[in-house]
Parts: sequence; structure tokens; C-alpha cells
Amino acid sequence: MGVHGIISYGAYIPRGSLLRSSIVEFTGKGSNKGSRSVASYDENTTTMGVEAARNALKGSESNPKKLWFSTVVPAYLDKTNATNIHSALQLDDFVEAVDFGNSTRSAMGALSNALESDDSTLVVTADLRTGPSGGTEESSGGDASTALLIGTDKQGVLLAEYLGGVAITSDFTDRWRVPGSSYSQVWEERFGEQAYKPLVDRAWSEALKKLDIKTEDISVALVSGLHSRAVARSIPSLDVDISNDLTDQIGNTGAAHPSLLLANFLDQAKPNEIVALIVLADGCDVLFFRTTQEVENRRNSFPVSEQIENQSTVPYSKYLSWRGLLDSQLPNRPSPTRPSSSAAMRRNDWKMGFVASKDTTTGIVHMPPSRIGIKGGGIDDMEQLPMADSIGTIETFTVDNLVYSPNSPVVFAVVNFEDGGRLPVELTDTDPEKIEIGDRVEMTFRCLYTADGIHNYFWKARPIRREREKS
Amino acid sequence: MASHGIKDQVAIVGMGCTSFGEHWDKSLDDLIIEASEKATKSAGIETDLIDAYWFGTSQSAASGIALATPLRLSGKPVTRVENYCATGSESLRQACYAVASGAYDSAMALGAEKVKDSGYQGLNAFPVPTDGTNRTLTAAAMFSLIIPAYAKRYGVDEDELRYVAARIAQKNHFNGSRNELAQFRREISAEKICEMPSIAGCLSVMDCAGVADGAAAAIVVRAEDAHKYTDKPLYIKALSVVAGDSSGLVDPDFDFTTLPECAVAAEDAYMQAGIKEPRKELAMAEVHDCFTPTEMILMEDLGFCEKGTAWQEVLDGSFDIDGEIPVNTDGGLKAFGHPVGASGLRMFYETWLQLRGEAPADRSISLEQSQQALVHNLGGYPGEMVSFVGIVGAELS
Repeated sequence: MGVHGIISYGAYIPRGSLLRSSIVEFTGKGSNKGSRSVASYDENTTTMGVEAARNALKGSESNPKKLWFSTVVPAYLDKTNATNIHSALQLDDFVEAVDFGNSTRSAMGALSNALESDDSTLVVTADLRTGPSGGTEESSGGDASTALLIGTDKQGVLLAEYLGGVAITSDFTDRWRVPGSSYSQVWEERFGEQAYKPLVDRAWSEALKKLDIKTEDISVALVSGLHSRAVARSIPSLDVDISNDLTDQIGNTGAAHPSLLLANFLDQAKPNEIVALIVLADGCDVLFFRTTQEVENRRNSFPVSEQIENQSTVPYSKYLSWRGLLDSQLPNRPSPTRPSSSAAMRRNDWKMGFVASKDTTTGIVHMPPSRIGIKGGGIDDMEQLPMADSIGTIETFTVDNLVYSPNSPVVFAVVNFEDGGRLPVELTDTDPEKIEIGDRVEMTFRCLYTADGIHNYFWKARPIRREREKS
Repeated sequence: MASHGIKDQVAIVGMGCTSFGEHWDKSLDDLIIEASEKATKSAGIETDLIDAYWFGTSQSAASGIALATPLRLSGKPVTRVENYCATGSESLRQACYAVASGAYDSAMALGAEKVKDSGYQGLNAFPVPTDGTNRTLTAAAMFSLIIPAYAKRYGVDEDELRYVAARIAQKNHFNGSRNELAQFRREISAEKICEMPSIAGCLSVMDCAGVADGAAAAIVVRAEDAHKYTDKPLYIKALSVVAGDSSGLVDPDFDFTTLPECAVAAEDAYMQAGIKEPRKELAMAEVHDCFTPTEMILMEDLGFCEKGTAWQEVLDGSFDIDGEIPVNTDGGLKAFGHPVGASGLRMFYETWLQLRGEAPADRSISLEQSQQALVHNLGGYPGEMVSFVGIVGAELS
């Protein structure tokens, strides 16, 4: 068995940031304070999940036996979204990939169950929150994803040990969403506030008693819940230091938020710190962790705070159009057709995993993979070469104002990779006027478009967000 | 590799070409009938006496039936040909080889395209089911990659190249304005083009081929039979096609300043025709100016000038109607318009007029030095391209 805990972690905050003042400017409603994170037009919960998961897996040599993905906004129903993440990460076929759906609480359920499991589990969460224009759901929500590699100290060196926790379940309808709706409705605010407060008190005292932990031993508590007033009301009686919950900067990222706070904590934690994670969702969950000596050695390769600093402002009109809340005029070109499922399956390693082929005789890297090399050689004289982490350089580029795109113009570059090979590829998370020949780019997993309900996942390049981790 | 060619074995004895443009009032069948009728009249032959047909269309129809039906060809071999934008010249190549082989005495190549029924701007290919990872960029954007690459390689300022590209459009519009069949018959200055908003890279809409409906046709027979049909046949000197292996999109060394498929096709064509110094031995050239930068680097790839000098030669007027080697004397794709399947044959149509001395006086070229002309037609994009180069001459050598 061994001690359970967190082996590595990753978080992903999209580049887009929407100033709440820009919502007020347009709608005349709400508060000017702060901003919220916004997933780009080519992102969904699955692609964001891939970003966080890649980040987490970079932090460890260990590989998970299970992949659990939890979101309130699944890209597909019926079809498992975790399998898309699984193939983007190029995990072994015997890694079980399943979705945890419906409610934000499922994300906590996935985490607490993984912490009790003897199999190492990559717990991925993502959320993409919208609401009616000018309302609180819109301005207080945020988009983000996280990934925690959970396991025992036998499966990997732990950054934080799991000390245990409690969960209280309570059935009341303070927020709800019917399937098919893109946002939630809420009951009168004071109701939830008063419903949650006693739950938090009970869960907290029960957890302290069960685990024999004193409040003075606790470095900090991370408190997360979509009901911000309930969170604020519950905090005083905890009698511990409370961490900044990031909602001023990125909004509340729903299903992703509890583990995002955990990731942010681990970014800065010292060894032997006890942290409490308290989550208000259809009851109250309390989990305790204690950091190990290792926590200072293996931080997230891209800390949450730095991702927030690197965000770039998105105009409200663009946010509305990206979320499909505003019809935008697109170039007068035919919209793309759905990708072929059978063709996609045959080339899954390329399409989802960005795996190239390398000619074993000439050493030339072929993207897409090729059975016969461009400089001769036999048929199938190739080996697979994963390229998702390879850095590229822009050889030349162009800006296409004519081609169909949900976000015209398309910036397109011919990219040569440091591991060999070339690919003409679309750029994302960039400003056309800032691109120059010679710029360095990294690959990111995106949804190129959705046609007939099929998400066309593939990779794009974006300007490298920071130089590679020293590791 | 053997490439023997069929120099002087086959002759074009009749040609026809419709006007190119937005023919809202004409169907594909109407265009086919018009081009066929003009070609048969010019050769003095009826369609039922022509032995075989090759029908070039890229996206307007799918089989030979689409030619046999409007022309009511009964019991004839009719083959649909497709090779991207080089479809028209490919259909002529097939017809010429069929006659040269002895299989048929006569053949017609007819290229036609009806693009303006789609409701969209530009050209739109049939969607083939794929894994969804293929590039979806417009052709304009792909060809716009040439400018910054050329600027970097040869140390020419990008703004200078922007002007050079516009200067090519100015030339082709000058020629097109003297062509009653052309889509655009208005002169425009390079300066004005430079002021226009860009649509892809630095290219404006005036750097792009006109999107047009149209059709063109040629009738070919064995060279020894040519004078039964016309006093002034055009003899096929060379026909070459190269389909690239798309390595430019894979090979980090490919730098977008050259179109290797075109250079190889040209070399093969010169070999077939026995041409050593193209600039001196050709009276003119019709080349595939799908976008203005394409024409610029083609001047180098076709061997009309040294690498890195085309931009200067364009400014010097070397390829103007009265230049050393006039290029796109009919206005090219730019001004004549580009009905995909017809364009290759339209280029031959211009050589047909010029080498027979039938071009209008205000755009006729000098035939004193040479009576041979080159036709270059390509399909695809820099890095993944099919290229055709053909050479015709007014005399047997």
C-alpha cells in the first residue's frame, strides 16, 4: 500500500483574460473589479485538460495506471472525453480512461477516490464557465484546468502526502443546470449562504477530530466553492490562514478550482506544511495534505501565478463570439467538413499525439508520418518520434484573411523543429502583428473546428510561453 | 530516366476559347459547346470525325460523360482529366500522346470550369474525407509565403518586392486590357495596387488570379496531316509534367524561393525541344501567374533569368509585351481569369494566336527572333505542386 499523495501536478490557465470592466462597459451591469480567464475559440475542456496533464506528467517519471477526467462541460456526451486526453498524452493502452461528469463535486469525488486508490491515477479537471450577458455567473466564472498525478510513495516520490479527509453530503438546490444549457441558474443568494455554513462547520470539526489535527498545525486552508458568499461566510470560524482564492484575477473555475488552488499552493509551499482543501459543493469536502521535502525540487514547470501574469486581454466582443453568444460574420468560404472517423483512427498517433516518423536510414523526420522517406530508402523504414514537446522556429509565415476560421485571420507559419522535421502549421494564442521570422514556438493541443458535432482535434503552434524548465 | 518527347510528331490544327468571366448566364454545357464549336470551326472538322476526347475539369464534373452529353458524342472514347490547376494542359498532353502513339488520327482536348455557381468567393475544391489534420490555408496565403522568403534569401526589401509583385499585375492588366476575351480589361498601376488592403500576407486581391468561368479547346492530329486542316499549324515541341512529392512541406531545407517541380519540368521540356537558351530561343511565354509572386520566381525557375534577379528584371520590363521575352501577353491568369480546367488550354490559345500572327495588333509580339512559345501551367502550392511545361512552334525543325 504505502503512503498516498500527490506525485506531480499541473495547471493550465488559458491566455485570454477578460476585464470585468469591459463587461460593465457593454452591459452597464456588474462590478469593475478584476478579471476572469477565458478559453480561446479553439479550446474546450478536453484541450485544456490535455494542457494541464502534459504539464503534470512533465513533473515526474511515473506514469498513471488510470486517467480520470472530470468536467461540467464535456466536449462529448456518450463518447468518453478522457480517451481523447489519453491519446493526446500517448498513454499506454492499458491505462483506464474514464469521465466523471455532471457536477463540480464530481471533480472532488475523482480526487478523493484517487487518493484512496492503490493505482496511480491522473486526475484531470477542467471547466469553462459562462452565464447570461452582464450577470454574475458570467463575470465571476473562469476557465482553467488542472491535473494531479495521485499515487503512493511506491509509485513515485510524493510532493505532498494525503493525510485523510471527510465528506458531508447535503441535498439542496441552490444552483442547477439542465442538460444542454450552457450555464447555471441560482437560488436567492442568502439561502445557499445559510445552507453551507453549518455544513462547513461540521465537516471541519469532524475532519480535525478524525485526523487529530490542530488548527495551529495548519499552514493554510484553501477554500473553494461556486457560492462566493457562502465561502466568505464560512471562513471566519475555521480559525486558520486562508489562501488567496484567485477569483479576483481569473474567476471561479468551477470543477477545476479546488485543485487549481492546490496547484497554486504547491507552487510556493515549503516542506512539512499542512494544507487543508475545503470545498463547498452539494455538501462539504475537507482534505488534508502535508508537503514533503521534495516539494521544493519539483515545482510545476509553469506556476499558476506566472500563467496569470502572462495572460492577455480579450475584448468582451471576442469573448462573446468565442462562446457562440454573438454571431460574427465569417469569411465567405465554405465551412469545413467533419473529419473522417476511420481516417482519424488510422492516424490517431499523429492527429492526437503529434507523433512523427523518423527515417531510420536518413534520420529525416517526417510530419505527417510517412511510410517512404523523402530522400529515398525502403518502405516502412521508420520509427515513431513524439514531437509534442519539440520546440520549433518560424521559417516564414503569412496571415490569411480569406480562409474559414472561427477567429479570422488565421496566422500560419512554416515551422522547423529542433528535433528535426518541418510542418506548415497554424499559430494560436498570438497577435499577428507581433510574429517575426525566427520566433520560437511550442505545440499545443487544440480543436481546429467542430463540424457535424465532431471536434476536429489537432495541434497548433504558439509562441513559447517561457524558456524550458531548468530540470 | 528516359523522356523522349514527341517533338514535331503532333500538331494543333484548331483552337477555340470562350471569354472568361462571371458567366451567370452560361452553364458548363454552354461553355463546352462554345469552345468546341470555335475549335472545330477553326480546324474545319466536325465533332463526329474527331476520334477521341480528353476533358479537363477540376471541380465542375466528374467523368467523360460531362463532355459527351452536351456535345452528343456517340460511341466515342472520352476521358475526364484532373491534375489541379494544370488540368487543362494535362488534357492536351493526353490527347497529343494518343495521336502520337498512332491509336487515333485526331483528338480534342477541352478544358472547362464553372466556378461561379458555388456561392463562395475564390476556388473551392471538393472535400475529400480526411483525418482532419491537413492544412486548410487558402492558395493566396500559401503563395504569399514566397515574398518574405525571397526577401530574406536575396536581401531584397519586402516593400520593394511588394512593388515588384504589383508591377507584374500592372503588366498583366495592361496586356489583358487589349484582349477582348479577358475577364478584366482595365489597366491599373502598380502604385495603386500597393495601396490596396492585404488579404493574405502582403498580397491584395489584385495580386490574385481572376476567378472565372470559361472553356478552351484544341484539336490535334499527326504532324504530317496538319496541312489538311490549316496552313498554319502549331507543332508540339515538348510536353512535360512533374508531380512533386510534397517534400517541400516536410524538408526543413526548402525555403519557398523556388518551385522545384517547375524547374524540373522546364529542364525536361527544353531537352525534348532541343532548347539551350530559352530566353533567346523563345518568342514568348504564357506562365501560371496564379499570384504575382509566382510569376516572379517562375522567371528564374524557367531559366529566363538568374536566381535572385527576377525582381530586378520585372522592374526593367524584360517580360513586358515589348520586352526581351514577353510573358502573359494575353493578360495571364491575373487579367484573363482562371477557370481552372480551361487555363492550360487558354495559354496554348494565346500561343496559337501569337505564333500565327493573329493576335490583335496592340498586343502582338515580334516573331523575328523565334517562332516558338512556352506554356507553363501549375497546380497546387509551393512545396507540393504539379507543374506542366509545354513548347510549341510554328515550324517543323
